[in-house]
Amino acid sequence: MTIKMAALTGTANPTVAATLGASSAPATSLTNEEILRYSRHLIMPEVGMDGQLRLKNAKVLLIGTGGLGAPLGLYLAAAGVGKLGLVDFDVVDVTNLQRQVIFGSDDVGKSKAQAAKARLSNLNPDIEIVTFETKLTSDNALALFKDFDIIVDGTDNFPTRYLVNDACILLGKPNVYGSIFRFEGQITVFGMPDGPCYRCLYPEPPPPGLVPSCAEGGVLGVLPGIVGSMQAMETIKLVIQRGDSLVGRLLLFDALAMKFRELKLRKNPGCPVCGDHPTITELIDYYQFCGVRGEEAPGPDVQVPEITPKELKSRLDHGDDLFILDVREPHEYQICNLNGKLIPLGELPRRVHELDSSREIVAHCRSGKRSAEAVDFLKKAGFRKILNLKGGILAWSDEVDPTVPKY
Amino acid sequence: MPVKVIIPTPLRAYAGKREFAEFNATTVGQALTSLTSEFADLRKHLFTEDGKLRSFVNVYVNDEDIRYLSKENTPIKDGDTISIVPSIAGGADPGPSEIRKLQ
Repeated sequence: MTIKMAALTGTANPTVAATLGASSAPATSLTNEEILRYSRHLIMPEVGMDGQLRLKNAKVLLIGTGGLGAPLGLYLAAAGVGKLGLVDFDVVDVTNLQRQVIFGSDDVGKSKAQAAKARLSNLNPDIEIVTFETKLTSDNALALFKDFDIIVDGTDNFPTRYLVNDACILLGKPNVYGSIFRFEGQITVFGMPDGPCYRCLYPEPPPPGLVPSCAEGGVLGVLPGIVGSMQAMETIKLVIQRGDSLVGRLLLFDALAMKFRELKLRKNPGCPVCGDHPTITELIDYYQFCGVRGEEAPGPDVQVPEITPKELKSRLDHGDDLFILDVREPHEYQICNLNGKLIPLGELPRRVHELDSSREIVAHCRSGKRSAEAVDFLKKAGFRKILNLKGGILAWSDEVDPTVPKY
Repeated sequence: MPVKVIIPTPLRAYAGKREFAEFNATTVGQALTSLTSEFADLRKHLFTEDGKLRSFVNVYVNDEDIRYLSKENTPIKDGDTISIVPSIAGGADPGPSEIRKLQ
């Protein structure tokens, strides 16, 4: 199937509704119930019966049903997109509920794809919802994508973003792109004929650890709601062939400043996947390409001397002279702490003089990763008596003191 | 009137938490040199060891990508805005606070 660029100028293309529903006979009419349900669309000349039928015949695949996928799923289902595919292998966690508004408290522990399907089926029983409870990989991406017209990228990691991009280019499918970081979002449409792709914008991903993809993590819950909603809008515009698409434009949104900026994106003739002489003609190993093996860029596996929470508790109870060093950030210290001295990891090199190397030090953070780096750093700086609290405050809460909240 | 360099959220930690900085410069390269002189921690995030702009960081003068102008030699005039736009991947489930780099 193709969605022609000409469509983006607002020129209706009567053949597209047919090509969108190519695998089965396209719907040519709405039921009376559908007419009532979509009446606020139908009375708009920009959508009308033609647009609503295009929506009914459209097949959209959502990669990820998380922060971006939640509003995407809700709005696309509500709008009457006839077939929605949901790809997600994760389960709903209580920390998701702050932003993933497609889920309810009852869904914690359930499959995200299944919970989302249940919610969307309730929202709109007239549409078909297909779930793929699997990790998107180079082995399954082309097969998953081929039955859909538009792919919407709501993932959270670089390997999957490059995989989605390349699969869309190889199959000639539009890729409605959105990504977020704390309170900033980026939105555009890749994969249209003559338009740029993700690799035109960023030929290579950052090496693991260099760009703080999770550092200072967290996200304002409304942000994915806004960015995902804008992806839903772009998706619907592609389907109904109205308005000006974000093809060739990168929209930057800063929620804190409440400012939008727009940058020009160009198709790179030398792009390895969509350029004049592509060198990538099949899907590759994207974890290798991005320099990571796991789901996220793993932190450096620093081997340092450790102490378990129970050992620490018993030594403290025993009255041992231990200096507790907390290497988290001040806002984390406010959530909970073990009465340690707070020196954030990033400040440690210049504040190392505040530590007494003659005392035995136990460093901790939330999970034990940052403090392992701190211990490694301090050992190299000449500290001899230093231990890492294994599992950090999370393990302390699990094994010693459940009144300490986990976050 | 100097040029304004907008610092993106992921890199503000290396730029004294500043949202933007202003410099007197006549090329993009000069402005970026001034920026990384003032905020030395930014240098390795913007440039490779041999001084090239990293491929996951794009730089725009107003709304134009400098790769399609004259790269670092792109001339700038008073009142121009330089945007640094790194790739970000978040979307489904940004991880918890884990800062990994010690510098």
